[in-house]
Amino acid sequence: MAGARDSLRVVGKALRKVDATAKVVGATKFADDVALPRMLYAKLLRSPHPHARILRIDTSRAVALAGVKAVLTGKDLPIPFGILPVSQDEHALALDKVRFVGDPVAAVAAGSEETATAALELIDVTYEALRPVTDAADAVAHPEPRIHDYGDGGNLHKLIDLEFGDVAEGFAEADLVREDLLFFEGSTHLPMEQHAAVADWSPPPDGKLTLWSSTQTPHYVHRALAKVLELSPAKIRVIATPNGGGFGGKSDPFSHEIVVAKLAMLTGRPVKITLTREEVFYCHRGRHPTLMWVKTGVKKDGAITAMHFKSLLDGGGYGSYGVASTYYTGALQTVTYHVPRYKFQGARAFTNKPPCGPKRGHGTPQPRFALEVHIDKIAEQLGMDPAELRLKHLVPPNSLTANWLRIGSMGLGPCIHKVVEGSGWKEKFRKLPPGKGIGLACSSYITGAGLAIYWNPMPHSGVQLKCDRGGGVTVFCGSTEIGQGSDSILAMIVAEVLGVDPFDIAIVTGDTDLTPVDLGSYSSRVTLMTGNAAIQAAERARDIIASHAARKLALPAERLAFAERRVFDVENPARGLTFAEAVQLAEAAEGTVGTVGSYTPPPSPGRYRGAGVGPSPAYSYSACVAEVDVDPATGIVRVPRIFIAHDVGRSINAATVMGQIEGSVYMGLGEALMEEMAYRGNRNVVHKIPSLLEYKSPTTLEMCDVVTYVVEDPDPNGPFGAKECGQGPLLPVPPAVANAVYDAVGVRIDEVPITPEKVFKALRRKAKGEAARYGPTAFPDIVWPEPTRVPPPWEGGDGKAAEGSGGRAKTVKVPV
Amino acid sequence: MPDAKAKIALELNGEPVEVAFAPHKTLLEVLREDLALTGTKHGCELGECGTCAVLVDGRPVLSCLVLGLACAGHRVKTVEGMAEGGRLHPLQDAFAELGAAQCGYCTPAFLLAAEALLAANRRPTRDEIKQALAGNLCRCTGYIKIYEAVELAAARMRGERAVPSEESLYGRR
Repeated sequence: MAGARDSLRVVGKALRKVDATAKVVGATKFADDVALPRMLYAKLLRSPHPHARILRIDTSRAVALAGVKAVLTGKDLPIPFGILPVSQDEHALALDKVRFVGDPVAAVAAGSEETATAALELIDVTYEALRPVTDAADAVAHPEPRIHDYGDGGNLHKLIDLEFGDVAEGFAEADLVREDLLFFEGSTHLPMEQHAAVADWSPPPDGKLTLWSSTQTPHYVHRALAKVLELSPAKIRVIATPNGGGFGGKSDPFSHEIVVAKLAMLTGRPVKITLTREEVFYCHRGRHPTLMWVKTGVKKDGAITAMHFKSLLDGGGYGSYGVASTYYTGALQTVTYHVPRYKFQGARAFTNKPPCGPKRGHGTPQPRFALEVHIDKIAEQLGMDPAELRLKHLVPPNSLTANWLRIGSMGLGPCIHKVVEGSGWKEKFRKLPPGKGIGLACSSYITGAGLAIYWNPMPHSGVQLKCDRGGGVTVFCGSTEIGQGSDSILAMIVAEVLGVDPFDIAIVTGDTDLTPVDLGSYSSRVTLMTGNAAIQAAERARDIIASHAARKLALPAERLAFAERRVFDVENPARGLTFAEAVQLAEAAEGTVGTVGSYTPPPSPGRYRGAGVGPSPAYSYSACVAEVDVDPATGIVRVPRIFIAHDVGRSINAATVMGQIEGSVYMGLGEALMEEMAYRGNRNVVHKIPSLLEYKSPTTLEMCDVVTYVVEDPDPNGPFGAKECGQGPLLPVPPAVANAVYDAVGVRIDEVPITPEKVFKALRRKAKGEAARYGPTAFPDIVWPEPTRVPPPWEGGDGKAAEGSGGRAKTVKVPV
Repeated sequence: MPDAKAKIALELNGEPVEVAFAPHKTLLEVLREDLALTGTKHGCELGECGTCAVLVDGRPVLSCLVLGLACAGHRVKTVEGMAEGGRLHPLQDAFAELGAAQCGYCTPAFLLAAEALLAANRRPTRDEIKQALAGNLCRCTGYIKIYEAVELAAARMRGERAVPSEESLYGRR
């Protein structure tokens, strides 16, 4: 497979992305740039109520408006959908109930956006208001009226109780047991591109639908369209246009995609929709607001004896990825520092707000924030340097965790050393003048999920490869370019194996007609999974080409090297053929030179219910040191500089890795200091700030300097050793900032964002001699199900739950 | 009833152009819908994000807040007008080289805002670059590669043989 590092010619270099030129000249076609002749424009009527029954919808006045071509309501699209098989709880247009302000109720297609907008005003909807559920605690307190008639009881969507060893025993062995309560506010992806989609219908006998959409997951959109429209998947083509930013916000199949498809089928004309910025806030699927309680026992040297973690997620009005998100708030606590006994209880509530889902780091930044702040406090109580405490208890490489996750390469130690040395940590920690502080935190993230959303034995990623007799190569893959550079990764990997230039390679991606399935651009899976599939396809092509070149050159195939667009004798490089000549020989002998490759993650050792979330082919690691300046008069926190070290396994494109790390730090900084999905506190549950002006995100004036260290510890499961880098480096930033604020002014801000108001209030409390803290004070009483007990590996378990454990919560009813 | 179209003449990317459009349209809509110049993007159409910035008489303006009619007789430059003679503008080249365009959606506006900055200031400091680009939001890059690309392009436009630093491409060793 992959050669030694020194022999790599393409992999690891800092190269331009293959789509960089198109992007800087404005030629990249995003979804809203697609325009077809005779195209109509669609608009959605959205609910003004957070929770209401729909009693009657009268569309007659809208239908009568000149220029209106079609009007849809829920009864036109009655089949439910959703990203997870266990949460098929959405309708393209609300059937009988609305569940948040912004829930789509009706749709119009007209000759212009203006006419479609005018028609929305003419749709009369009679609602009967229901009591809205405003947040997770409210959902726990008010099981009725229910938002959905399925789930784990009342307004609780999902309840999880997992136990890996006896935590009570572990707490009894500890020298110190500490409990903390923390809260992570919800935030949204805020991609610069609003979601857009264009549908085109070719009438029978073709009966074929084409949808262009700014989606990260064309495969799942394909499935949802087939289900809701009752079309054969063979009659649907989904083209994922390059996404103008995704961050997880374009990973669900959406109402607007299904609606334009249906409108195109009804009108026989292409139909486009481009959401307004306000509507993007209603699509949401962002970070779940999460309340967390953590209790950890440690020995005097900081060794953890047991950990018990509880999370309560505010899920919003629909399921989305929420069941997976809930598991993720408990899955990765064990992969950084050794936790011998671990218990996790997680709950997700339905509330009458836009649905939450996967945002960069999917369900793991919240618990990571809690854990890293908690450990900072433990280190202080033990009188240990928090960097030393962490370094002493790292999870070893090639090991299993208490919850049966298999760790491969593990570069956290070198990451901590890099940021500690680079930042001058030892000279600064607890030694800076008042108002200046420094804080450290670490993290880990998955490189793709070990199991697909729909469990099946098929590969997670496929690549087809075609060699042209002119020396060009075309790579076909279902992966979706969302700015992370996935097209370039394919080109660089294939170029490495075949010895051609990355810019000789044409990349065809994200098109369900043309490309083999890749599950999508989420969970940091693309580089590892498409990369491995691309290596397999390219090596198969190389073998075919080599066999014919070897015959021509009268050499054994093993003596051939592929480089510099040539195929040549490694012992006598002058003796060889051009790559094009070699392809021609192969094509003459065997016909068209085409190959396929695919990738399936290794099986996970965990075999208990819930073991599907957390396993990954490889885990990335990050360490972060944040410097802060806190103004005690105003509570304003400024972050001048962040040091970040990330274990990426191996860079495929060094420049892209840098960009992903810096971008992750940026987004983590936004969540640490300012980003929040806020709702009016009254009963209306109206989004306070659905605009780019009022939803605060860092501009050039707030963004900090970033010192980046790339740690390369190749993982055997990664293509050329590569692991993820697009999400993990976000995770340690919020806790590092919180820990730095404490170092600066001695107050604990146990929730993000760390706004001036919170810092100011905590400073006032400190001045009055009260607890020098701002954060949550209680975790609601939840009736947890009987725990699933899984003995950890060192207690002789086999990855299965103990006989008879793991009662399911009552009243589980999944709609068809 | 659709409005009767209005017709204006302007200089667009260095060439005289006449265009007819519904008179309520913004410059953004005229560029994208009536002139098929879709390189100019939009993020809010409310003047909040800077994504739709173009140059009018050399100054960056938010094309979502300017009526098309107001541009009659003016010089408008979009991202499509930056590369000349089949060669990338030094800013475009530096953005591509450093990965300053990730998703690429905010890129056209950043390029034009940076071009206006460099036209007024051949040697901007990092702080001056931050100030000049503070009205443009980017969610991918954390702005760092954008600053570095502007600095690299500025150096090259001054005739220096500048190359990206090792640290910016590979991180600190």
